[in-house]
Amino acid sequence: MIIQLDHIEKTYGSGANKVPVLHDVNMQVEEGEYIAIMGPSGSGKSTLMNILGYLDTPTSGTYLFDGQDNARTGDARMARIRNQKIGFVFQSFHLMQRRRAWENVALPLMYGNVRRSERKRRAEEALCQVGLEDRISFYPNQLSGGQCQRVAIARAICTRPKLLLADEPTGALDSKAGQQIMDIFDELHAQGMTIVMITHEHAVAERAKRILYIYDGWLREEERV
Amino acid sequence: MLENFREAFDGIWSHKLRSALTMLGIIIGIASIIAISSTIMGTNEQIKQNLVGAGNNTVEVALYQGDYVLDPTYQQVPEYVRPLTEDILPDITKIKEVQDASLFYRRDAYGMIWYGSEGLNQGSIYGVDEHFLSVSGYVIRCGRSFLPEDFKTFKKVALIDRTVSETLFMGANPINKTIEISSEPYVVVGEFTQNTAFTPTITSINDYFTYTDHSGGKVLIPATTWPTLFAYDQPSSVMVRAGSTDEMTEAGKQTAAVLNGTLTGSGDVTYKSKDLLEQAKKLQELSNATNRQLIWIASISLLVGGIGVMNIMLVSVTERTPEIGLKKALGARKRKISAQFLTEAGVLTCIGGMLGVLVGIGLAYMVSRVSGVPIFISWYIVAATVVFSFVVGLFFGAVPAVQAARLNPIDALRRE
Ligand SMILES: Nc1ncnc2c1ncn2[C@@H]1O[C@H](COP(=O)(O)OP(=O)(O)OP(=O)(O)O)[C@@H](O)[C@H]1O
Ligand SMILES: [Mg+2]
Repeated sequence: MIIQLDHIEKTYGSGANKVPVLHDVNMQVEEGEYIAIMGPSGSGKSTLMNILGYLDTPTSGTYLFDGQDNARTGDARMARIRNQKIGFVFQSFHLMQRRRAWENVALPLMYGNVRRSERKRRAEEALCQVGLEDRISFYPNQLSGGQCQRVAIARAICTRPKLLLADEPTGALDSKAGQQIMDIFDELHAQGMTIVMITHEHAVAERAKRILYIYDGWLREEERV
Repeated sequence: MLENFREAFDGIWSHKLRSALTMLGIIIGIASIIAISSTIMGTNEQIKQNLVGAGNNTVEVALYQGDYVLDPTYQQVPEYVRPLTEDILPDITKIKEVQDASLFYRRDAYGMIWYGSEGLNQGSIYGVDEHFLSVSGYVIRCGRSFLPEDFKTFKKVALIDRTVSETLFMGANPINKTIEISSEPYVVVGEFTQNTAFTPTITSINDYFTYTDHSGGKVLIPATTWPTLFAYDQPSSVMVRAGSTDEMTEAGKQTAAVLNGTLTGSGDVTYKSKDLLEQAKKLQELSNATNRQLIWIASISLLVGGIGVMNIMLVSVTERTPEIGLKKALGARKRKISAQFLTEAGVLTCIGGMLGVLVGIGLAYMVSRVSGVPIFISWYIVAATVVFSFVVGLFFGAVPAVQAARLNPIDALRRE
């Protein structure tokens, strides 16, 4: 079991401005699973994802990641977990425009204190994995949207994380580029990576082995037939 | 670390105009500090050189009554002052700061020296030993110097300086002319002068009175002939040459101490050094006090510059919020983020500081051209101001850096 959520609640604000976003969320993810989370806009998908990714802490409930309860362990430890065990892919890529593709990929390795020479090698390896071996030294503005997202995926996987979190990875792409991204996810899944992906598109969600739905902060699972 | 510097340069370079404007305050502040301090130090150096002379480093140690040199022509020498002999010289040259020493007699030459009907109204007559010329840094301009026989055989020969030569001979060749010293005939064998043609830099009428030598001319005769003109037991003075200008004070003090050791009693007549360096320091103090105010004013512009840096760094944090969020999401710790912004602020002000140094040196040269005051650029001050501007950057970059580090990664990522 890599993820276990028990009675997770998340409320933003306080007093009169209280906004409850997640209600009693329970969820289990086995190692190597490939899960899609769907739901209408504003239903709390990103909020859930932030909690899973140690970018945010739940208001109440317990979250066991990789068998450990790391709730409220402080900035340094949370940064370390994000750095070493979790890979993020965002809808809008979030690449640094003044960095070459491989430098973007190597960024998390730098925070993980990997040696310089080793960083470049591993960044190139990750870029090969997403099929960008011929774009290693390109700048983001010299790449297409799909290629940018592939750089972002390479960045997420180059630390060899236990969990890959993707928030609408195809949201900003046309269907063909989106397809390529999904192919890469399939491949990563085949190699044993645990993937949790948020998406709006059914076609994309279909690729996952399991789909969870979230409505107004209530999580519901639908077994696939 | 390297990465921080790279990002800092990236950030500064990608907003060239903005960075340049931000640096302006720092540049102006540092430039004025450099310009002012260079001028101050130049002035100080000038004061010192004017008073001390260029590179002679000689200090005169003489008998003083209170604050004035005792002149046996007019004043009684107390019983406890024993005449000095050559035997004291080894004790003096033993002093670390003293390189060479010479014994001499001196008297006011008023009404004592004549050539025909031309007399010397001002000036001094010196009875000197063989070391005197070299210790004092005098060289023979024409004619010859004293020879060992001159001393041994009590030859009545004299050396004169330019002032005496002009007063007595009105430009005619003085060599081999016979002058009268206290009614004794002396043959002028040479004319001497300072070995460095040093003239004080005069920039005001005050300087003129402070620095110009009003002592009139100097006439030197062998010390061995002194007793025939004056008393046998006249006390002598000592001229010492210090190893360097900065050692002059110490050389003078130590020598005075040795000489005071020969006194057999105590009173208000003691050996003292005529300390030009000390005098220079007093004058410097005066000029420093006024200029120090200017430094304060310059510091205010540095403060304003620092606030400008803080302001621009805060803007930069806001601008780069998504980038900060991403870095945090990828595992950058708080201190990593704050280090990045601190480095950027520090590099920015450091570059500003270096540019300020260049501008300041340029300004100082301009001031020097216009006013004639020399400048003295101290590399120690240059280094200190650059370091200081870096510190200003760190100080004013601290608030933006902490603000950046505190950003919540989710909020930061959400903003596009
Ligand atoms: N910092 C916050 N303060 C208050 N409310 C917030 C905050 N962040 C999110 N919310 C609220 O939480 C709810 C869920 O937001 P979330 O971003 O998780 O939605 P989502 O499912 O990801 O939507 P989308 O599909 O549009 O991305 C929204 O109603 C939003 O207004
Ligand atoms: Mg969302």
